[in-house]
Amino acid sequence: MTKMSGAKVLLESLEQQNVDVIFGILGGAILPVYDALCGNEKIRHILARHEQGAAHAAEGFARASGRVGVCMATSGPGATNLVTGIANAYMDSSPMIALTGQVPSSGVNSSYMIGRDAFQEADIIGITTPITKHNYQPRTIAEIQPMVNAAFYIASTGRPGPVLIDLPKNVQSDTAEVEMGITDKIEARGYKPVLEPDLSKISEAANLLANVEYPIILAGGGVIISNASDELMQMSDLLMAPVATTFMGKGAFSEAHPLSLGSIGMHGNPAANRLMGEADVLLAVGTRFSDRATANLDTFAPNAKKIHIDIDAAEIGKNIEVDVPIVGDAKASLRQLHAATAKKLPKMKTSAWSKRVKEAKEQLSPLLKDRPKELVPKSLLLELRKLLTADAIVTTEVGQNQMWSALYFQALKPRTFISSGGLGTMGFGFPAAIGAKVACPDRPVVDIAGDGSFLMTENELACSVTEKIPVIVIVLNNSVLGMVAQWQRTLYKRRYMAVNLGKSPDMVKLAEAYGAQGLRANSIEEFHKAVKTALNSEVTTVIDVPIGSETDVVPFVPPGCGLPQQRGDY
Amino acid sequence: MEAGKTKVISVLVENKPGVLHGVSNLFRRRNFNIESITVGPSETSDVARMTITVNGDEKTLEQVVKQLAKLIDVLKVEELEQGHFVMRELALIKVNVETPKERSDIINCVEVFRGRIIDVSMDSLTVEITGTPDKLDAFLNLMKTNGVIELARTGITALARGAKTVRIDE
Repeated sequence: MTKMSGAKVLLESLEQQNVDVIFGILGGAILPVYDALCGNEKIRHILARHEQGAAHAAEGFARASGRVGVCMATSGPGATNLVTGIANAYMDSSPMIALTGQVPSSGVNSSYMIGRDAFQEADIIGITTPITKHNYQPRTIAEIQPMVNAAFYIASTGRPGPVLIDLPKNVQSDTAEVEMGITDKIEARGYKPVLEPDLSKISEAANLLANVEYPIILAGGGVIISNASDELMQMSDLLMAPVATTFMGKGAFSEAHPLSLGSIGMHGNPAANRLMGEADVLLAVGTRFSDRATANLDTFAPNAKKIHIDIDAAEIGKNIEVDVPIVGDAKASLRQLHAATAKKLPKMKTSAWSKRVKEAKEQLSPLLKDRPKELVPKSLLLELRKLLTADAIVTTEVGQNQMWSALYFQALKPRTFISSGGLGTMGFGFPAAIGAKVACPDRPVVDIAGDGSFLMTENELACSVTEKIPVIVIVLNNSVLGMVAQWQRTLYKRRYMAVNLGKSPDMVKLAEAYGAQGLRANSIEEFHKAVKTALNSEVTTVIDVPIGSETDVVPFVPPGCGLPQQRGDY
Repeated sequence: MEAGKTKVISVLVENKPGVLHGVSNLFRRRNFNIESITVGPSETSDVARMTITVNGDEKTLEQVVKQLAKLIDVLKVEELEQGHFVMRELALIKVNVETPKERSDIINCVEVFRGRIIDVSMDSLTVEITGTPDKLDAFLNLMKTNGVIELARTGITALARGAKTVRIDE
């Protein structure tokens, strides 16, 4: 037993969980933890400029590395500013711990206490209940370590997600005799993630797969989370099945592979959307069949028997009826399914289906269509792919920049394409890039941005410059909120409302004001040169790329329509 | 009842603060309708039992059960099988009484329904009645002519019949 403050217990518990970086902003109610951090050599604290940035950075860190990302904020507004980042991590199933200060739960000044509307008090437990996997508020020092252990276990296992720990100030500052236990005891008896699939279901799925002609695989974010890309590749090889991904699954299967179809969805690759309708069996892994992926469900893979693997039992049957449900970890399930199917399947010859896949890609894939000579999103993204190594990490903002990236930028490896899928949070990409760079300092990290999104979290330039975390931001600058402008153009008869951003600010000068490098590119040659300069820079670089303000992301499945009703000349 | 049938779910949860909030929040967030919810201690000291009645189709019910099971503080969730469980609800009803005849009519009625008069005043009677929601509805219907001044119903609590149980197996 040692006499320790709650803050010290917290930090030691975090160290036991191998935490070496926290993204955060301090404030009154979290001061004892910051005081304990002073002089701590194991944990690096990265000072964000807004708590939303800290939360997104923690998620970028988590998604690039597969480790749990940690963010921290004070009570009240600090905590509520984390909310968007927490909701984002919840929707995209990213492992994250959010630590928040809270006003005291007891003490000498009774008006400065939980429940009395004290200064900077917000009910962050109540607020985050629907957007966290779980949340905790320790009331004694003895509870801190078991809660931290359980929080990391819950955040990182099963279907990962954010867990918040709200720390009343007196619990941080008081001292008590504590025994820092060993970390493997988890006090969460109501939490038992299922990893291994039911073998009878595996066998049922194998029978189905062994007797079909037109199999297609749909890989979601779960494949990346479970590190199951190798198993996915083996499954595809065995079945000679083309692989489409959801937007969140981008990178789970190399998009340079002959059997890759790119992403399905509202702005999906037409080859993927088309073949989804021709398949006779769909093997879906680690996806929740989001509305943006499936479009109208009546016309989604209408001819296919559906096998659905997911670690979250509640996802099975939630959005789509399936023929064979398999609850389990993607990696374990794919491995079992591969073994079971291999026994039943005759060695595959080149089938009519493989020919059809090749033909559909040649006819429909946007990557194989014309390559414009001028600097437009498509040519820029094709050029960027050539300039970056396969392991370079790309994040995106939300809107047109994101959908162009999905269509034209090939992700070659898992965890190299990080974007806000479920929540669609503008401003995510830049802080996420900072977090990814902290996780992978030796790899280039590029945020593909739009001017609208970038301005939402551009203040983190101060963080990236001061903390020496060099990333590259490519601003596709069309001076409008492009995606909503596109909707107003195509669905609201060009009645533009509140989408025009004008030419302010000057992105180059903005970057320079923060001490970052600002460059502008007006041609492919200039872009090429700017990226080369940025890759060799020790400071964050913003590359401003003026583009037309009326460029659409096409093709497009209008709201309410099905994948086969994709339209637009591309 | 419109749209689907009423189902009864027995839920065992950690008996600690915030758990009811988590459960009710889930219903609101997922757009499920709760008809009633009752909470109280269970046979295990640190475990509380919630009995929730929901109205919806099979698919909704399946989601309710699965989403509840995901909550960390929920230890066990089971739908009680139609016809294989017992359920009770308690109601306290304060009824308007104007004449001695009314008074004796109500007392007769209470006897038939095996309720009890638990409070008497010059111009009202307060009745305690226990049973299935249908029985309570029927009794309430009879009281309408006299005028119900106040009504408090507890919502359903239920247990599986006989050997069937919803328990924490350590």
